[in-house]
Amino acid sequence: MNATRTLATSRRVLRQLSHDPRTIGLLLLVPFLLLVLLYYVFDADPRSFDSIGASLLGIFPLVTMFLVTSIATLRERTTGTLERLLSMPLGKADLIAGYALAFGALAVVQASLATGVAVWLLDLRIAGSPWLLLLVALLDALLGTALGLFVSAFAASEFQVVQFMPAVIFPQILLCGLFAPRDSMQPVLEAISNVLPMSYAVDGMTEVLRHTDPTGDFVRDAAVVAGSALLVLALGAVTLRRRTP
Amino acid sequence: MMNKPPAVSARGLTVVRGARTVLDGLAFDVEPGSVTGLLGPSGSGKSTLIRAIVGTQAKVTGTLDVLGWPAGSASLRSRVGYVTQAPSVYDDLTARQNLEYFAAVLGVPRRERPEQRDRVLSDVDLTAHADDLAGNLSGGQRSRVSLAVALLGTPELLVLDEPTVGLDPVLRRDLWALFHRLAADRGVTLLISSHVMDEADRCEQLLLLREGSLLASGTPRELRDLTGTDTVEDAFLTLVDSARQHEYPR
Repeated sequence: MNATRTLATSRRVLRQLSHDPRTIGLLLLVPFLLLVLLYYVFDADPRSFDSIGASLLGIFPLVTMFLVTSIATLRERTTGTLERLLSMPLGKADLIAGYALAFGALAVVQASLATGVAVWLLDLRIAGSPWLLLLVALLDALLGTALGLFVSAFAASEFQVVQFMPAVIFPQILLCGLFAPRDSMQPVLEAISNVLPMSYAVDGMTEVLRHTDPTGDFVRDAAVVAGSALLVLALGAVTLRRRTP
Repeated sequence: MMNKPPAVSARGLTVVRGARTVLDGLAFDVEPGSVTGLLGPSGSGKSTLIRAIVGTQAKVTGTLDVLGWPAGSASLRSRVGYVTQAPSVYDDLTARQNLEYFAAVLGVPRRERPEQRDRVLSDVDLTAHADDLAGNLSGGQRSRVSLAVALLGTPELLVLDEPTVGLDPVLRRDLWALFHRLAADRGVTLLISSHVMDEADRCEQLLLLREGSLLASGTPRELRDLTGTDTVEDAFLTLVDSARQHEYPR
């Protein structure tokens, strides 16, 4: 690891985004607008909005960072910049950490905006601290970045990579407890949901919603999400090969 | 240049891609400080050989030493400049931003980066377009940004995969002048691939590649004399014909 190269990579990724204001606008505004939409969907039942809104605050950063990272790293692979970088003295960890830092920073802005809007404007009632919501959102964003980096190795085109979104992300959304409590699912599905990281992201959000102080379960949930993100990042590093056929 | 070890030295160099043997037992040396042309038709294995030299090609067997180290060694990564055939720069960054990033990756000290960036931009005649997004530049301009990246730092060996393809004659002449200047003034070794035979006469040494085998090597004059022809293109065609007769004797 080399701090100069890692930071240069983060700066480069952010500079690329800065030339694309529409993407930044969509990244920041869409979660916020969807929350407003959801608020009015549950017009007659604001307490349902609390639990689903809190879950969505964990899901948005994961989904958006997954998409952005998978496409960005696929582009690195297909345009030859990855081959060029790996022929230079750049460590794989520098590249991955550079991406994680850049998208992590973006995720903090996105999640702050969405959490702020939910808590102060839409009156999302949470017992715990909004800072804990933000922490889980950041970990989710890292998980999304890690998953995106990993799946980009298995896609040859942007068409293929976006298909990984329904394949990798949707099952997790269906099984994470957003639609039905996980312990009420068919036992096989419950077992599967127990090994999917997004389940812990949503559980963590729910803990913050219900409890004033960080509980043991919250710490476990946050640790599982962080651990999964690190594991998938390491798997992503394995897919970056200096020598290719 | 007294008895310096070769910049690139290959013995029994073989590369397999899938089921195909793309390079088959190559043996050659590249003189240090020379401008060496790697010539051959499309599909002859030029890009694969270049990727083997810069250490991005898998399944390389035989001996391949670059600047005295096995190709792909970590210590070579800042000493060898590499330009891929398709321009490998970020289309959503300006030319200047591309160079700043790659300079940081190459480990150029921060205070030297602006000077280096401006030097390589003027080397490839892009100073006027420094603040244009690479994606908005013409194809030729974009490939020059890619070339400029390879000039950053202090590469001792530059490996360029078809750097002049698709460029206009004036620009091609200027780039070849730049290549010779780099060799003469900074002692850089350049290995430049091309499928355009009329560029051969601009090189000091030539490697002629055909279907993964080395057809001939030497100076342009040696190759012309060897075959009794007037141009390197004719020399290449003569050599191909005699190789074919050898392969399919009638």
